[in-house]
Amino acid sequence: MRFHAEPIDFTPQPGRGAPVWTGRAADGEDLQRFAISVHRHGGRLAALWGEDRRPQGAGFRLHCVFALDEGHPWLVLDLPAENPVYPDLAGIFPAANRMQRAARDMVGIGFDGGDQRPWLRHGAWPADWYPLRHDAGPAPTHENAPSDYDFVQVGGEGAHEIPVGPIHAGIIEPGHFRFSVIGERVLRLEQRLGYQHKGVERRFMGADLATGARLVGRISGDSTCAYAWAYASAAEAACGAEPPPRALALRALLLERERIANHLGDLGALGNDAALAFGLTQFMRLKEDWLRANAELFGHRYLMDRIVPGGVTHDLDAPALSRLVGQCERFGREVKALRRIYDEHAGLQDRFLTTGIIGADLARELSLSGMAARACGIVLDGRAYRQDYTPPPPWAALGVRPATDERGDVAARVAVRFDEIFESLRLLRELAVGLPAGPLRAELAPVPGGMGLGVVEGWRGEVIVGLNFDAAGRLARVHPHDPSWQAWPALEHAVLKDIVPDFPLINKSFNLSYSGADL
Amino acid sequence: MISLLKRILRTGILTEPLPAPAEQGAQPEPELERLHDDILAILGRALTIREVDAGSCNGCELEIHALNNPYYNLEGRGIKFVASPRHADMLLVTGPVTKNMENALRIAHDCTPDPKLVVAVGDCGCGCGEVGALFGPNYATCGAVENVIPVDVRVPGCPPTPVALMRGILAAIRRG
Repeated sequence: MRFHAEPIDFTPQPGRGAPVWTGRAADGEDLQRFAISVHRHGGRLAALWGEDRRPQGAGFRLHCVFALDEGHPWLVLDLPAENPVYPDLAGIFPAANRMQRAARDMVGIGFDGGDQRPWLRHGAWPADWYPLRHDAGPAPTHENAPSDYDFVQVGGEGAHEIPVGPIHAGIIEPGHFRFSVIGERVLRLEQRLGYQHKGVERRFMGADLATGARLVGRISGDSTCAYAWAYASAAEAACGAEPPPRALALRALLLERERIANHLGDLGALGNDAALAFGLTQFMRLKEDWLRANAELFGHRYLMDRIVPGGVTHDLDAPALSRLVGQCERFGREVKALRRIYDEHAGLQDRFLTTGIIGADLARELSLSGMAARACGIVLDGRAYRQDYTPPPPWAALGVRPATDERGDVAARVAVRFDEIFESLRLLRELAVGLPAGPLRAELAPVPGGMGLGVVEGWRGEVIVGLNFDAAGRLARVHPHDPSWQAWPALEHAVLKDIVPDFPLINKSFNLSYSGADL
Repeated sequence: MISLLKRILRTGILTEPLPAPAEQGAQPEPELERLHDDILAILGRALTIREVDAGSCNGCELEIHALNNPYYNLEGRGIKFVASPRHADMLLVTGPVTKNMENALRIAHDCTPDPKLVVAVGDCGCGCGEVGALFGPNYATCGAVENVIPVDVRVPGCPPTPVALMRGILAAIRRG
């Protein structure tokens, strides 16, 4: 099929995952034209990464995943082995900026023009050594000296900079924020990330499917179910296999439990950042009860390694399912009572309302997805029906109602979290009551040269995993993509009308992953 | 306001007793009380911790956050997380230590006044187990925390539970 009459033929990806079409651009101009067409039709850039295909006798390959109403077109562009360069896409999709720089740092494929500063490479390895090339070998000995980074500077009388991080003042992941301020008013925020870069993508190269599953569950610990499902879904598409219905329902159950756990923690922390310690105590109590139930039901507080390629590892019997339903009813009552307290607390609402605003147009321009996008009034949820889109099983049968809020501020992101907790509790009850019978797992046989893409609506947003096998059926390349790639730049915009002391609150209202985007 | 106070009253005190220091499980009760006395005797006032995430997947941080929920109530035991290593008695470090965080971790360690304690957290931070091996040293990471700064106590797990973290912190205090 074709999209918007662009001359690129796409083939639907097999399997039971989210709708994906694969296609190949003839040249850079073809890619650019397609990107412009996607942008014109209100689409997003969902992910971008590079791949070294020289062992297969080819050159390099650029992978671009776009998002349209219908689903995800996955477009590849083959680049020559010598001087692999493609046209800069950041002028069309600003979200491409950091992804292109990361692809250059990792694989050594370049883009013409635009922002050429390094992104993931801080100075621990030489600029002309690329870790994801098959002939990279062990890292060359290199002095790990901190490198200068060319922050954009703001001048003028009274303007000054506040550098924050990489080690932050709380129990948080590391990253660097450079504020340019006058007094306490924020003029500009520029992030420098990559401090969590652990070379995860290199660890996938040559691994088997099971090892890959352990790795992918630790890209971002708070989203382990979303990653594991996206990876499993990509692997199943690449192998031409289908997980049994009971496994799909249990995956949804695990994913919704993960969503609720994170939303509970965030709602508590957001209350705390606005000086309502009561909120933190109450929500952390609920979260702990929730995690203990996770451990009881599935043997792990954060549900790591429960979703695997082909299915799931743990089953729930009838007494466990009825306990789960009872727990959902109790949590519904408790969260409702706390929501009333939050809504009626004038001091809290004063901090939440009109703080950290992002408009819907800006959110679209930045390719924002997930909870933060829904809080700008964008009705976008991979689990829910929309025009031209049918969600994959088991969501299609559940009638998921996406939570949205038009305001785009911290209050909206709080409200969306509350609404999503109630909807997820409903989904959990429905899943528990209607759990289909049958096996938990299907056998997977890696298809040499096969490739697949998995897309899952995690609690933060759209989690994507692209993978392909080598000729021996081992993992040649796996790229996990966190929604934080698109949301971090949105945070830079969200603070612009506010003051420095509001930053922790605004930052928490997004609660983005450093590890997920630093890889 | 009344509904808030009512909720506080209805919730009551949820704090659970301190875990036994050793892995073997149940210890006689006086032992638990002595631990708290130990904290006071050794540190005079209270223990302050600077948490440094030097490359984790944020799973360990979730459990470190849980230490301050009402069930574990670490702060209620006089153990407090602080914003600066200069205010800290202990560094609680998660890993694997990335090359991009190596310098920052060394600086934080240098800034922590002596005598200081270092607790390495998680399979990655301790360089143990299957996960520790998966995230071992490579072009981007130094691996375990002890490859970068001296470590007093290791708390393995993926992620370690809050109880395991409390045991590790208490073990470090007793050794210190």
